[in-house]
Amino acid sequence: MDMRIIIGLFALTLVKATPLTLGALSGVFCERSGVVNIGIEGMMLTSAFTGFSAAFFSGSALVGIAVALATGGLLALLHAVLCIRFELNQIISGTVINLMAVGVTGYFNRVIFSGRTVPGVETLPRVEIPLLADIPFIGPILFQHQPIVFTTIILVFLVHIVLFHTPWGLRTRAVGEHPRAADTLGIDVFKVRYINVVVGGMIAGLAGAFLTLEAVGTFEKLMSNGRGFIALAAMVFGKWSPVGAFGAALLFGFAEALGVRLQIENIGIPYQFLGMLPYLLTIIVLAGVVGRSTPPAASGQPYRKE
Amino acid sequence: MVALALQVKGITKRYPGVIANHEVDFDLRKGEIHVLLGENGAGKTTLMNIIYGLSMPDEGECYLDGELIQITDPNLAISRGIGMVHQHFMLVPTLTVVENIILGVESLRPRTAFLRQLSLLDLASATKRIESLSKQYGLEVDPAAYVRDLPVGAQQRVEIVKALYREADILILDEPTAVLTPQEADDLFQVMRALVQPRGDKHGKSIIFITHKLKEVLAVADRITVLRGGRVVGSTMPSATTENELAAMMVGREVVLTVPKGPARPQEPVLEVQDLKVLDDRHLVAVDGVSLEVRKGEILGVAGVQGNGQRELVESLTGLRKPVGGHVRILGQETTLASPRRITELGTAHIPEDRQKHGLVLSDPVKDNLVLNTYYRPPFAHRAVIAREQVADNAARLVREFDIRTPSIETATSNLSGGNQQKTIVAREFSRPIQLLIAAQPTRGLDVGSIEFIHGQLVKRRDDGCAVLLVSAELDEIMALADRIAVMYKGKIVSVMPAEEATREKLGLLMAGVS
Ligand SMILES: Nc1ncnc2c1ncn2[C@@H]1O[C@H](COP(=O)(O)OP(=O)(O)OP(=O)(O)O)[C@@H](O)[C@H]1O
Ligand SMILES: [Mg+2]
Repeated sequence: MDMRIIIGLFALTLVKATPLTLGALSGVFCERSGVVNIGIEGMMLTSAFTGFSAAFFSGSALVGIAVALATGGLLALLHAVLCIRFELNQIISGTVINLMAVGVTGYFNRVIFSGRTVPGVETLPRVEIPLLADIPFIGPILFQHQPIVFTTIILVFLVHIVLFHTPWGLRTRAVGEHPRAADTLGIDVFKVRYINVVVGGMIAGLAGAFLTLEAVGTFEKLMSNGRGFIALAAMVFGKWSPVGAFGAALLFGFAEALGVRLQIENIGIPYQFLGMLPYLLTIIVLAGVVGRSTPPAASGQPYRKE
Repeated sequence: MVALALQVKGITKRYPGVIANHEVDFDLRKGEIHVLLGENGAGKTTLMNIIYGLSMPDEGECYLDGELIQITDPNLAISRGIGMVHQHFMLVPTLTVVENIILGVESLRPRTAFLRQLSLLDLASATKRIESLSKQYGLEVDPAAYVRDLPVGAQQRVEIVKALYREADILILDEPTAVLTPQEADDLFQVMRALVQPRGDKHGKSIIFITHKLKEVLAVADRITVLRGGRVVGSTMPSATTENELAAMMVGREVVLTVPKGPARPQEPVLEVQDLKVLDDRHLVAVDGVSLEVRKGEILGVAGVQGNGQRELVESLTGLRKPVGGHVRILGQETTLASPRRITELGTAHIPEDRQKHGLVLSDPVKDNLVLNTYYRPPFAHRAVIAREQVADNAARLVREFDIRTPSIETATSNLSGGNQQKTIVAREFSRPIQLLIAAQPTRGLDVGSIEFIHGQLVKRRDDGCAVLLVSAELDEIMALADRIAVMYKGKIVSVMPAEEATREKLGLLMAGVS
């Protein structure tokens, strides 16, 4: 096979894995502190829309990204208040956010953008990292990408360090496993959870920004397309660790990239089937391979002081 | 006159339906071991939680070093030198020992500013500090081990080091010996004595020690205070009292400390175990070819230091863990791979070792916990519908009969005191017709009055023709109750003897692997 095809496939894998990785990191942040967040899909979709709109009207991609982050953070704050303050069932709260995202983005998309000729913004510029980008094989796969792809890779390691090598991460893990124990040591369980959920939401917001501002430059209805859920599968597959989740996201990303590639090659399989690849892989992985990974013990349970 | 480290005056704490503490006065001198004694539900833990800032009193005041202070949260207590080892351990199993110990004081400041919380953890110097503390007081801990892999005795030491790491001067130990073997308990007393020794011109630490074991009280206490029904009923010195007197003070009546028991009349075997092999959670062999037999009308006691396979043995007999080899038969029926429900329906009762994990649904009310294994059949259910009145009547009756101290049958079991949680389980298991009783540490954490009651019940079951398998780390309990005694060591039954032939020394040696 042509070397360029392989390089292209791997580079595309990284691109396709980016929103999944971000979604999974968002999930890791929330669940490690004990809050289940299945609303990541909705947070992605909503911030994809708001980020795009902001970039469209301001003409600035940076403004777009900032708005996307804020949107993710605000939705997460809503989730946090519902789950932590009002002890609402966390799955229901997440579902509410997902449903709301579909309705709100669909409505405003029609109100704001219909009637105009397919609005679009310029996608974020491609960056080639000097020197590194010139390494044969590795260079084009790893070091010639758009900014959010690079940011994601950095975030993976940053989240890893925060979670496993800082006091904050230690407290997060304690609160997610045994909140009462943390409480007896004077740790504010609620504060830890609020902050983690909101930071997680902002990471989901970045995933939204990726979809509109980096990948296609426009907003389409329902464009998150289940990526928030695949991201959760990656989180589980990666055993709630950032690096593991990244690995899982790469696997799913590869499946998606392969689907795209094979479609271009036109090997006679209808493209709908190729498009199913990542979802099939998700089912297989969740059903079999990860049977033994256990979530943080307190995830999903509201904490109540005595 | 020695200075007071801590004094509380007129503490009252009400919970819905109970007054847990009623105008309690209590003080702690510098460098003393003050034992707090009292029945299950007397309010000991409640008082300690108030001192540690985990709950707020409705009335009363607290003085530290003579200064009036309101302890509103554990942070304040910790920064003022109060440390607490809780009745149910407060360790995060998935974290390592160091991580558990430094949690919350990562940079040795009680309140680490938020941005500093994003700096890197310094595990190396924390480990050093832990090692020096552990050497200083003879508290052996492995800083790098994961807490989930540690036996309870080691977890206990981690809890104590955790408090010392926070530079606690006042140490609250809430029933630390309930889960320890006699040897481990002795080690703990050594540590406690080391802690209260003055160092240079500084006072030693001061310790509040809660226990139900009267022998221990007389051995380590400098002073004893007894609570009953939330009130202080008296204070005394070990030199001025006896076990019997303390027991009477706690319970408010005379307590028989030895179990009256006639000779056993064993009949046909009820439980037959053959060559049983069971793995533990780490897939290591925990039960290694155990064969034993329990007959109708006898109590077989299994003695042994905890962690020699007793837990896995009990779990496999009750269907909670699948054996990898051998056979179990109950009443002649093969139950090796049977489900817990089938085993229960054959007439087996189970008092599990870990009451919170395997014995109760903590968030559910007492009345539901009392029908956990019978709720689906008459009289508690008609077809698919639960008969609420029957469930409530049953609960009311059992609460009375077994003296479970609870504000109401609707109270969540998590709100009961530790001992009353245990009584709830015992009441449930004893309330239906049973042929086989498998009891693991049945009196762990119970007060003398309740122990007397439960021991009496065990003997009564035996006399009614029940086969009883009693697993206990308390030699006294085994010696008092068992008709035959099996000693378990490293997954094997190393010896079985009639109770008359057993002595403490003989059992002790067998338990230590000397034969
Ligand atoms: N959070 C709570 N809500 C309601 N009632 C409570 C709560 N905590 C304790 N109680 C009640 O207060 C009383 C005293 O309980 P406490 O735990 O202090 O007893 P204890 O002396 O420690 O007993 P034990 O020896 O069994 O541990 C009990 O009747 C208990 O049911
Ligand atoms: Mg207690």
